Amino acid sequence: MDARELPLSREEVDIARLRHVRPRRYGRWAAVAIILLLAGLLVNAFATGRIDWSTTGEYLFWPTVLQGLLNTIWISVACMAIGLVIGVLCAVAHASPNPVLRYAAIGYAWFFRGTPVILQLLIWFNLALVFPRLGIPGIWTGRTVDLITPVVATLLGLGLNQGAYTSEIVRAGMLSVDRGQREASKAIGMSHLMSLRRIILPQAMRVVVPPLGNEFIALIKFTSLASVIGFSDVLRNVQDIYYVNARVIELLMVAAFWYLVLVSLLSVAQAALERRFGRGFNSVVQR
Amino acid sequence: MSGALVSAVKVGKHFGQLKALDDVTIDVDAGEVVCIIGPSGSGKTTFLRCINQLERIDSGALWLNGELTGYRRVGDALHPLSESEIARQRRLTGMVFQRFNLFPHMTALENITEGPVRVLKAGKAEAREAATALLERVGLAGKAGSYPAQLSGGQQQRVAIARALAMNPKLMLFDEPTSALDAELVGEVLSVMRDLARSGMTMVVVTHELGFARDVSDRVIFMDHGRVVETGTPSELMRAPKEPRTRDFLRTVLAEGR
Repeated sequence: MDARELPLSREEVDIARLRHVRPRRYGRWAAVAIILLLAGLLVNAFATGRIDWSTTGEYLFWPTVLQGLLNTIWISVACMAIGLVIGVLCAVAHASPNPVLRYAAIGYAWFFRGTPVILQLLIWFNLALVFPRLGIPGIWTGRTVDLITPVVATLLGLGLNQGAYTSEIVRAGMLSVDRGQREASKAIGMSHLMSLRRIILPQAMRVVVPPLGNEFIALIKFTSLASVIGFSDVLRNVQDIYYVNARVIELLMVAAFWYLVLVSLLSVAQAALERRFGRGFNSVVQR
Repeated sequence: MSGALVSAVKVGKHFGQLKALDDVTIDVDAGEVVCIIGPSGSGKTTFLRCINQLERIDSGALWLNGELTGYRRVGDALHPLSESEIARQRRLTGMVFQRFNLFPHMTALENITEGPVRVLKAGKAEAREAATALLERVGLAGKAGSYPAQLSGGQQQRVAIARALAMNPKLMLFDEPTSALDAELVGEVLSVMRDLARSGMTMVVVTHELGFARDVSDRVIFMDHGRVVETGTPSELMRAPKEPRTRDFLRTVLAEGR
């Protein structure tokens, strides 16, 4: 035993009773100091810079801004919903024993991941140039320009694009589930699809939620691209205001504020989802 | 002070309300083979995990090779050790888990060379040579290139033993090494452990294999409800247990035909 430990007998050394000295973490304190300093400089720069914060405050709840915010929210949710449905279907198709389904899923992901989303939005919006009329031949047709409004083009463009990315994420989640789970579900008589729905996908969710949250956050910000085809999202409406009053930065700050609020709320929701799908994995094994 | 390799004095550990270890005092001398038996939930595994600091103890103290584990003591003050110092202490021990815990993405040989090469910074060629010798020692000379999924449970556990030995530990910890194995595979693992004991390795074995405990160990410890109930040589404890609880346990286990 170490010489300097000798004065105490073995019985006297009890970690519950001896004084614990917390290690001094100089590195950590230095990091805190540097970060606080940088944050202070940043705040100071923006507070004293040429931004009229009262204008920002004034437009924060401006009706046009709130209308744009509402549009951003519902189009994000709708596109994510479309993306989720398509994504799960494609992931399932990708795992299907049917080669036609599998290659269809692969081809879909190839096209929509292979081209810029802004290009896809523009293609959808200009679909009328290719197909002047759309519909079901013999039953009903309409003019493409009337059917593909900015809203519809955004839903199609962002939703289909999201579906391609989501399918890869869901597929990765399915791959992470132990093969024994598939066998066990087969052994109790489940069909391929039922086993996917009841056993594999719920377990895949645990792995899938963090990257999907990431995708949703990215999608909220991608909706601002839809302004190029005339969709009135929060950024577009904020721009409309500053074209008139020339308060560019002040109004961009309004948009930044609302994006941050949305993403923060989403992060809270994601944490709750992760707890829900992590059940059975989080508990400490007590033995 | 005794020359004990492991010296646990009044070790306590609780998980929430549950007292997993209660005043556990156990010494293990160098070269000794100690088996810990007892019903599940008796704290055997927890004690093992405290020795190599996979669990933190809450009270008492534990010395490994004469060094207080987890803390550096200066007078009456304790300074928690850093992660790397704990890793260094842990390196004195090798551990074999109930569920093998081999790295599934590495071959048997790579499982064994990983520690020496990455942690001990041994040369690759030298590590491979040592690993090949170890595989031979556990009777798996032909399985160097196999992945864990291609091996039987008994073979996996023998690779796991070789992996632990490759780090040249002073003490080997076995956590119910045969509990996850089919009956016909238990023997091959026990025989490797027997050879290891004969070679003079210090071993602490948590086990339900009373036959192994009787034949191989120098001392058997019976634990129940986080306490050491009885300690003795295998013949003392298993032929003539003093405590009624030990007797009950032995009777139950023997009735199960093990």
